Amino acid sequence: MDAVLENSDAVLKAFGYTGLLFVISGVASLLLGTVLAALRVGPIAVLRRAVAIYVTLIRNTPLLVVLLFFRIAGPKVGLRFDFIDVVIAGYSFNNIFTACLVGLTVYTSTFVCEAIRSGINAVPLGQAEAARAIGLTFNGTMSQVILPQAFRASLPPLTSVQIALLKNTTVAGAVGVFEAFARMRSLTNDYTTQAFMIFVVFALIFVVLVELLSAASYAVERRWRAAR
Amino acid sequence: MSTSVLFDAPGPRTIRRHRIYTVVSVLVLLALLGLAFWKLWAENQLEYDKWEPFVTPRYISALLVDGVLTTLSMAGAAIFGAVVLGLGLGLGKLSDHRPIRWVCFLLVEFFRAVPVLLLMVLIFYTWGITRDASGAYWSVVGALVLYNGAVLAEIFRAGMNAVPKGQSEAAYTLGMRKTQVVWIVQLPQGVKIMVPVIISQCVVALKDTSLGYAVASPGLTQVGRGIYQQFQNQVPTIIVIALLYIAMNTVLTMVATWIQRKYVGETNPIELTRAGNMDGGQNTGGAL
Repeated sequence: MDAVLENSDAVLKAFGYTGLLFVISGVASLLLGTVLAALRVGPIAVLRRAVAIYVTLIRNTPLLVVLLFFRIAGPKVGLRFDFIDVVIAGYSFNNIFTACLVGLTVYTSTFVCEAIRSGINAVPLGQAEAARAIGLTFNGTMSQVILPQAFRASLPPLTSVQIALLKNTTVAGAVGVFEAFARMRSLTNDYTTQAFMIFVVFALIFVVLVELLSAASYAVERRWRAAR
Repeated sequence: MSTSVLFDAPGPRTIRRHRIYTVVSVLVLLALLGLAFWKLWAENQLEYDKWEPFVTPRYISALLVDGVLTTLSMAGAAIFGAVVLGLGLGLGKLSDHRPIRWVCFLLVEFFRAVPVLLLMVLIFYTWGITRDASGAYWSVVGALVLYNGAVLAEIFRAGMNAVPKGQSEAAYTLGMRKTQVVWIVQLPQGVKIMVPVIISQCVVALKDTSLGYAVASPGLTQVGRGIYQQFQNQVPTIIVIALLYIAMNTVLTMVATWIQRKYVGETNPIELTRAGNMDGGQNTGGAL
């Protein structure tokens, strides 16, 4: 416990990095995942097939391997992020941070794609037919009937994906970003006798963050629940 | 795709338009693939030297035995332990005794929310560090057992709840005790829908074994690290390692899908999305 209190500044900063990784790649993965989902369920068969293969390949690769690709293999083929190197409010956004950000986004967006697709699949065909039958246009059908239901249905899996992303940011700690996991490992290394208490503190912070996300999602879900 | 909720069956003009889009997208996809290969070639990543380890018997056997087999045995041990722990916690959550329910509930919530890497490092530094490679190996397995056990507890609970209530009521009417009802009536019927979900969870466990990288445990990622540090061939190594993981996971997913189709049907009543892992939409069926 003392180890954490003595280094509370460093611990806070580490969780700052965790939060930055989570928020930036969370938003980016939602955007990229939506584009992938649009192609995945769109009318062009070739694109549907290509995105399906891409998503299957990325989903079945461990996150660590994806991050290692962007960290150590990417630079060998000109995939460098050296052009980003700024320090904002004490947080340095360098090539390592950016590589992890890109890796987390690429990995998470494939799960976002599948979550959205499962939401669209959950809308019964009769809904579209009924919307057409009462004379709604394509845009009307989409914006008034299909997408609201699809979005509500994909909310639970999307939350689950984002919670997993929050926990997955720790993998960035294993490849060079000094976020919560890396900080915990170095503290454990310096204060071996207090290893257990250090773990409990870090773990409880994660539990609180996850429960907050989960509670927020439940609240939104209850508000928006489609009457079926 | 005349059955999509998103659009009608296309008419003749739309079909023509789609044909143009198809040609354009094929060209774009080919250009992207071409760019990737050109980049690999231009940066000398396609040279024989860089790929030589992957056609050398010594390294192939290292990859397959020290890599694939070790990874599979870690994942297997982790899932075996997780099934036992998950069964205990899952049954505990359904217990008639409030304290047992609460303890199991708290344990499940805790281990589901804590990142596996944190658990792994705790076990490694407090127990595994003095025990060489086997210490790292069992640190990884231990962390995966705790995490996957918590996830599987939810699966077992959901699977037991999915058995129609009349089954257990009928069993109680026959005079069975709670233990008998659980082991003779509910579990055997729930197993059918649990098995495909458990195999899907194996994919998660298998992918997570790679996190052993952080405590230098043996396994596929570790073998890969040895190879690229020796030959400086990061790109080919990462590609080969990724393909090996993909192959293992694809086989597991196919088995899970096959069992599910055969014994359960298109959709599984167990909702995994609340289990807090990256399984969003995985059980909605429909592969490629």
